[in-house]
Amino acid sequence: MTTLLLALPVALPLLAALIAVAAARIAADLAMATGLLVLGLAVWLVAEVAHAGPVSIALGGWEAPLGIVLHADGLGASFLLVTALIMAAVLPAARQGFADRGAETRAGFAFWPLALLLFAGMNTAFLSRDLFNLFVALELLTLSAVALVAIEGKAETITAALRYMIFALLGSVLFLLGAALAYSAYATLDMTRLAGVAAGDWPMAAAVALMTLGLAIKTALFPFHAWLPPAHSGAPAPASAMLSALVPKASFVIMLRLWFEVVPDLASPLLVLVLGSLGAVAVVWGSLLAIGQARLKLIIAYSTVAQLGYLFLVFPLAGGVGAAQPWAAGAWTAVSFHAFSHALAKAAMFLAAGLFLRAVGHDRLEGLRGLARAMPIACFAFGLSAIALMGLPPSGGFTAKYLLLTSAFASGQWIWGVVLVAGGLLAAVYLFRPLNLMFSKEGADPATLRPVPRGEQALPLLLALAAILLGIASSGPFDFLQIGRPGDAAAGLAP
Amino acid sequence: MTGLVFDLLLCALLLAAGLAAVVARGLFAGVVFFIAYGVFVALGWLRLDAIDVALAEAAIGAGLTGVLLLGAIGQLSRAGAEAPAPRPNIPLALACGGLSLLLGAAFLALPDAPGLQAEVAAALPISGAENPVTAVLLNFRAIDTLLESIVLTAVLVGVWALARDDAWGCRPGLPQRVRPDGVLAGFGRLLPPLGLMVGVYLVWAGTKQPGGAFQGGTVLAAVWLLAAMAGAVTAPRVTDLLLRAALVAGPILFLAVGIAGALGGSFLGLAPAVAGPLILAIEVALTLSIASTLALLVLGPPEARA
Repeated sequence: MTTLLLALPVALPLLAALIAVAAARIAADLAMATGLLVLGLAVWLVAEVAHAGPVSIALGGWEAPLGIVLHADGLGASFLLVTALIMAAVLPAARQGFADRGAETRAGFAFWPLALLLFAGMNTAFLSRDLFNLFVALELLTLSAVALVAIEGKAETITAALRYMIFALLGSVLFLLGAALAYSAYATLDMTRLAGVAAGDWPMAAAVALMTLGLAIKTALFPFHAWLPPAHSGAPAPASAMLSALVPKASFVIMLRLWFEVVPDLASPLLVLVLGSLGAVAVVWGSLLAIGQARLKLIIAYSTVAQLGYLFLVFPLAGGVGAAQPWAAGAWTAVSFHAFSHALAKAAMFLAAGLFLRAVGHDRLEGLRGLARAMPIACFAFGLSAIALMGLPPSGGFTAKYLLLTSAFASGQWIWGVVLVAGGLLAAVYLFRPLNLMFSKEGADPATLRPVPRGEQALPLLLALAAILLGIASSGPFDFLQIGRPGDAAAGLAP
Repeated sequence: MTGLVFDLLLCALLLAAGLAAVVARGLFAGVVFFIAYGVFVALGWLRLDAIDVALAEAAIGAGLTGVLLLGAIGQLSRAGAEAPAPRPNIPLALACGGLSLLLGAAFLALPDAPGLQAEVAAALPISGAENPVTAVLLNFRAIDTLLESIVLTAVLVGVWALARDDAWGCRPGLPQRVRPDGVLAGFGRLLPPLGLMVGVYLVWAGTKQPGGAFQGGTVLAAVWLLAAMAGAVTAPRVTDLLLRAALVAGPILFLAVGIAGALGGSFLGLAPAVAGPLILAIEVALTLSIASTLALLVLGPPEARA
């Protein structure tokens, strides 16, 4: 059973994507069914890992170093579950724009295979232990994502897609060079084995540096963030939701594994300081740029630049010499919480923004005035997501920030605490404008808006509720994330 | 001695072609040097006894990529785009130079690792392939090959997504006009039978000798494109069901075999008794899909015709 639980989250979206190319008529139904099926499998896998600990399979029966191992620990299984949850909500939300209604269209054909391949790439990135296989997974993920950005077919979105592709491929090349160097040095691509044999010599340091640089570009870490906002805001809303909520998390999880599982000893004080500082600059700079935007989707996209910045605080708070300290577990777990909370809230926000766009006809901010009366459910979903992004209680974002703050003060690195608080305040500023307009008393006559069915508004609400629920019921996920956690499994600073 | 002289000469040519491709005036000259560079790289792989890699580099790195780039230049000039004036990008040049130095220094400092040749040789008898490269690609690391073949599908879907909405359902690429007694028409009749033989041979030989689906598929794609340029065949419409089936047949068969293995307890596992025939079947189906995908990539998105 373990074999199927690990293999099918990769195999099913691939199979569905290929069938969607051949039989475009059933693509939308097939994609939705795949989303639900993989969600069921992910729940099952999480239960299995919670019960029996980390599970792994050797593909084709070939153990590493000859073959490739898929491995699900607390980190991988929980990212898999959050991804499946988001896809299960985003794919139905895409029906309205892309489902086949008689005659096949260009965008209606292209969307479903690309979304499913992106799904498969994410799942492979969370499960695979093999550096080259991870490269291939990132390629699949990236090229599908780039094509999804271009799918609107406008000159500006194609420009954004091209720029995204150049950055992302540069990231891929650097990652591949690093993987090749690691293989030449230690004759294995398997992360578990590399962790055992890799010494802190400098070819390995060069390999990890190249991979980290490549992954940082793919995660849009400041100063490599410029490609993200036009790409994420230019894509159609369901694609934006996948791109902003999920895609950068895949490269981040690989980076987390590299630095915490493969070469923890290489994390020098300078390195953790640089990565943490770039993250902190991203939080502030991304938020400031978000404040200056006049279009809702651009605000949400710049917010992603800022929110991804928090993830890099894991390096100074849990990496390097501090890795064995009691606060490290809290910080390491907190960034996963933050990643989940951001993923759920951001997907909900982009889906809600897509519905606003459809109702109003554009996404300039003034169009939001008084929208809460016409679309109460979608506006409520947007509001809940905003709570999670600002890190207010009782959301998952709050749990994450609370854990990070506790670690920052426990370790005496209060400066990161300042960043956390400032980032939350700035998020409140850039989200206040759309919220204030939405819930203002006067506004456009609901009769002038295109109607949006309540069923569609419920999809972002479900995701936003999940982001809040993550904060209310946080001890279960917290304990689950510790399963297979690298380093000292100290109790840490549980909430 | 001759070997050393040849290698030094090859290295010099490689560097010169690479440099020329970067600094050449005009896109066309740059692409031509890039193709030459690819040929020299392929020769380099040959000298390193990596014949499979050499074949792939020649077919895909130099050949197909070159054609794609030339096609892109053609599109640009048809669209009336002006070629940007070449200007030196000093920071980028410094970054690339620094990266090269880093890689070179890391290469010299590498510990002496033997690679995985011994492991591959030990597992080869039950892998179903006699060529170790094929055993790695289709068995030991099958998921990489499966995903790479699907990456091609993703790219084609992405290219098609760049079509104009009103062109959906049309044929990809521009119509070909050929003088019936011209050189192109002549070559279009002469070369395809030869190319067909080479392509099929590369796939067939792939399980025992260097070759395989990617190399063979590229040659077959070239054969088909040549016939299309000579006006002997026309590209099917992008909505053609047979075409769609051909595009995904290889990956679907590969994946189906993998899932069947998973039901038996080993995802992508090939039982030694049937591994040989299964690998051949997967290679044949993959060749069909790779050839059609590559040919369509060269043709580009569907175009509405007057």
